[in-house]
Amino acid sequence: MPAAPAPRQGRRPVAVVSFAQAPNVRRDTAHNEVELLLPVIGEVLGNLGITKDDIGFICSGSTDYLIGGPFSFVAALDAVGVWPPKSESHVEMDAAWALYEAWVRLQEGDVDTALVYGFGKSSMGDLGKILALQLDPYVMAPLWPDPVSLAALQARALLDHGLATERDFAEVAARSRRSALDNPKAQVAYDRSADDLLGEDYVVAPLRRHALPPLTDGAAAVMLAAGDRAFELCERPAWITGIDHRVETHALGARDLTSSPSTAKAAEVAGVSAGPVEVVELHAPFAPQELVLCRALGLPVDPTGAGSTSVNPSGGPLAANALMAGGLIRIGEAAARIIDGRVSRVVAHATSGPVLQQNLVAVLEGA
Amino acid sequence: MQRLGHVHGPCCRNFERGGGRSGMSAAGDQVLTAEHVLEYPYSRSVGPVIGAFLTGLRDGRLLGCTGSGGRVIVPPTEYDPETAESTGELVEVGPEGTVTAWAWVGRPAPQHPLDRPVAWGLVKPDGADTALLHVLDTGSPDTVSTGMRVRPDFLPEGERVGRIGDIRAFVPAGPAGRGGVG
Repeated sequence: MPAAPAPRQGRRPVAVVSFAQAPNVRRDTAHNEVELLLPVIGEVLGNLGITKDDIGFICSGSTDYLIGGPFSFVAALDAVGVWPPKSESHVEMDAAWALYEAWVRLQEGDVDTALVYGFGKSSMGDLGKILALQLDPYVMAPLWPDPVSLAALQARALLDHGLATERDFAEVAARSRRSALDNPKAQVAYDRSADDLLGEDYVVAPLRRHALPPLTDGAAAVMLAAGDRAFELCERPAWITGIDHRVETHALGARDLTSSPSTAKAAEVAGVSAGPVEVVELHAPFAPQELVLCRALGLPVDPTGAGSTSVNPSGGPLAANALMAGGLIRIGEAAARIIDGRVSRVVAHATSGPVLQQNLVAVLEGA
Repeated sequence: MQRLGHVHGPCCRNFERGGGRSGMSAAGDQVLTAEHVLEYPYSRSVGPVIGAFLTGLRDGRLLGCTGSGGRVIVPPTEYDPETAESTGELVEVGPEGTVTAWAWVGRPAPQHPLDRPVAWGLVKPDGADTALLHVLDTGSPDTVSTGMRVRPDFLPEGERVGRIGDIRAFVPAGPAGRGGVG
């Protein structure tokens, strides 16, 4: 049995051994959350030939604000099966943070596998309103600034500081949607030039339609396994050799929106620069944010994707962005490229909160 | 539609329907509608720092606080956003300030502060080292720019109650601007 690479954090090597996601669609009126998750959970376990009995810990990420009912996430556990009971937890965040919790849980050493899933039917609510509620409740939320408007402020700051052009935003969008043509689960995929995209109207200037993520109904799941159990389940596990997450102030006006110090710090702790980055999956819902994140990760900033690192080969969140699953999907997409043997070292990023307030960075490697 | 009952609490539902009958029966089109009352029936203190800021707005003034290294933070916070140290005394800033970033909203949503095209802006009040988020009422995207000078257009005295909406919007500073501290 090969040896797992030594992790930079934790005492116990943990790997992604399986990944599955639902087709990402604008509006799934045929399935509720449990029905959306059932085939995804079935696939992520089925890939490994295991059942619920083989799961040591379960952690999920979703937001009750979409349904408008507290503890609605509990019902989603029906997709796994509630009897006999399993140790289980939930984060009201992107499921990338559920993966982080599961990674911590696996460090305890008494369980060897963890199921992580995330789901979000964005069509259930008005994200412009829902996501305003995550802001400071006294000086920001009462004004109802929506996520598109806040991302537009960030884009303006990038333009004003000479760190990007509107063409850069269009190039990121064109490349992402072109990459998405190879992703059967993508929601928005097309082959259009940046020139063509620059002809679109502004939604909130300086952001045109193409710079915005789609509204997506979707779900995803990842299986983690620790130590030798990972090799038993998977020929080529995607070992998490570094993982960290950091948060910035909720005081938007106290941040420099042109940079992402939380991403830079997480990348430093996770060891991004310790080796080549063949693939990076960035959770940059708005096109300008890809440029901010590349800088923070120490990667070349090239909107056309001509650099040595493949940026968002899945199409990224501009191709599909299910609320609370989009970050976990970045980890899954990056890991899948290790598991299938295409590459050896990848970086995955997830974000949470307004305009890249909180960021998680993971380095995954083949043995 | 007339409300037939009202049950407070996050998990309770009460049902409504058209027509004059009571109960959960369906309306003529056989569609049952349910009103879901979800509320947060608490009042809470905003604390000594945000509270002072909101009180300042009621009085037509902008307040910040001194943070680590003497920088002035607006809106004020109880701790420095970068160092987490406790912040110091409250200081008056502005009211005029400089736009550090803006975004033009051609079609405001119903919940937005103004019902006509408007800009979101980050405004750094004179004497402050951070910016405040609000709307910029300039009329047109051609009359807003980074670096432009603006001032808060407060609601008239008597209409201000100590909330961020006491500032109707920021408007271009100088004689061209409308309104003022009432």
